[in-house]
Amino acid sequence: MAGKKLSFEQSLSRLDEIVRHLEKGDMPLSESLALYEEGAGLIKRCSEMLDEAEQKVVKLKKGPDREPIELPFEDESQNDS
Amino acid sequence: MERQSLSVSELNNLIKGLLEQEPKLSNVCVRGELSNYKIYPSGHHYFTLKDSESSLRCVMFKSSAVKLRFRPENGMGVTVYGRVAVYPRDGAYQLYCSAIMPEGAGDLQIAFEQLKAQLASEGLFERSHKKSLPQFPKRIAIITSSAGAAVHDMIRILGRRWPMAQVVLLPVRVQGAEAPPEIAGALRYANEFKVADVIITGRGGGSMEDLWAFNDERVARAIYASELPVISAVGHEPDVTIADYVADARASTPSNAAEIAVPDWHEILDSINSYEIRADQAMRKKLLSLSEKLEALKNKRVITDPSAHIDNRRIELDHARDRLTAAEERKLSRCRQNFLALTSALDAMSPLRVLTRGYAIAEKEDGSTVKSVEMLSAGDSLSLQLWDGKADCLVSSVSKRSIK
Repeated sequence: MAGKKLSFEQSLSRLDEIVRHLEKGDMPLSESLALYEEGAGLIKRCSEMLDEAEQKVVKLKKGPDREPIELPFEDESQNDS
Repeated sequence: MERQSLSVSELNNLIKGLLEQEPKLSNVCVRGELSNYKIYPSGHHYFTLKDSESSLRCVMFKSSAVKLRFRPENGMGVTVYGRVAVYPRDGAYQLYCSAIMPEGAGDLQIAFEQLKAQLASEGLFERSHKKSLPQFPKRIAIITSSAGAAVHDMIRILGRRWPMAQVVLLPVRVQGAEAPPEIAGALRYANEFKVADVIITGRGGGSMEDLWAFNDERVARAIYASELPVISAVGHEPDVTIADYVADARASTPSNAAEIAVPDWHEILDSINSYEIRADQAMRKKLLSLSEKLEALKNKRVITDPSAHIDNRRIELDHARDRLTAAEERKLSRCRQNFLALTSALDAMSPLRVLTRGYAIAEKEDGSTVKSVEMLSAGDSLSLQLWDGKADCLVSSVSKRSIK
C-alpha cells in the first residue's frame, strides 16, 4: 500500500482493517508478516504525526476578488473592539 | 328525498381536516388567563385559557411541559404558543401548546418563542437534517469575535486536544445590529470557499440582549443552509439560543465546542497503542499456532524414525508375497487334479483294455486296420493283434453279411 499518501483518518482506518485481519489469522504467514509490517509503519507514522503536530492558526481576510487570504492571527485580546 | 347522512366521526374528522389546513392555526400565539390547570400523572398538562368573554381548551404534552421555566398557576396572565387542532373523540378543538410565557416576560422572550415556533414548523430543527461532524477535522473555522476570551479558549483547547487541525478564524462582530448579517455572511463565505471542514460559531456568555445575534432569523437560516457542519457555542450552560436548535451540534460553551469539534490526541494515541498491542498479540498467536503445527508434524513417526516407515513397507511386501505364493500353489494343485482325471479317462478308452475282453484287431500286411470284409480277398495275409501278442493268418474265403 502507498502508506505515505494516506491521511491520518485513512491511516487509522487502514490500521483498524489490518489489525482485524491479523486477528482473524486465516492467511498465510507471509501475508500476515507483510500486513504486520504495514501496520507497524502506520503506527509509527500516526504517532509521529501526533507527536510533531503544531497548531497553526490563521485569520481569514477577503481578497480583492473575495478570495480568502490567510493572515497570521495575533493575540488581540488586549485591544478589544 | 333523504339527505346523505354523516357519522359523527366523519363530521369530526372533516372539521379536523379543515382546521389543520389553515396555516394561521398551525402557529398561534394567544394571550389569556390560566384556569382549571391540571397536571396528569402522565406528565401532560391540561388547562383552560380564558378572557372576560371566552375560553379555550388547552393541552401541553409532557415533552413541552418539562421545558417550562416557571410553575403555571390558575389566574396567571400568560401568552401561549402552539397550534389549534381538533380532538375528534370529544368533537372539541383545542390548543396544543409548545410554550407558555408568563405575562410581563420581555419582548425578546416573546420574539424568541415566536421565531422558535416559526422555524420549528418549517423544519429547521429536524434531527434528520443534522450533519455528522468529521472525526478528524483538518481545518476548523471559528466564526466569532477575534477579541474576547471565547476565541482564545477555543484556540487553546483545540491546540491542546488536536494540534493537527488548522484553525481558521473568520472574525465577526457578535453583538449589535451588524452582528447577525456578519455572522450569516461569514457562514455563507466559509461554505462558498470551503475554508474548513467544520465550523464553530458562537460567543462567550452575556445577557439575553448580548446573545441576541444568535437568536436572529438570518443567522438561523445561514446555519441551516450550511453544507459544512456547524457547532453552536453560545454563552454559558443554561443559555439556549435559536442557533443552538438549528446547529448540527450544540455546545454548552465555546470551550465545550472545541472539545466536541476534535478528538483528544492522548486518546487517539492510546487507541493507536492498543492497535499495536493487538497486532503484536495477533502475530504472536499466529506464530504460536504455526509452531504448534510444526511441533505436531515433527512428532509424526515418518519424521522421527524414517527407517520404521521402510520396515513397515517391507513387512507389507512380505505379506503380499506370501499371499501370491499361496494363490499360485492353489492353482497348481487344481491343474494336477485335472490332469489325473483326464489320464484316467484316457486309460479307460485305451484299445488294449478292449483287447483284454477277447476282441482282436485285424491288420493287413500294409498295416491298415481291417474295418470291412470288402477290404479282404481270399489268400490275403492278416495279422491278428490280441492283447498279449499277435497271430499271422491266411484268409481262406470272404463272405459278406447282407445288411438289411
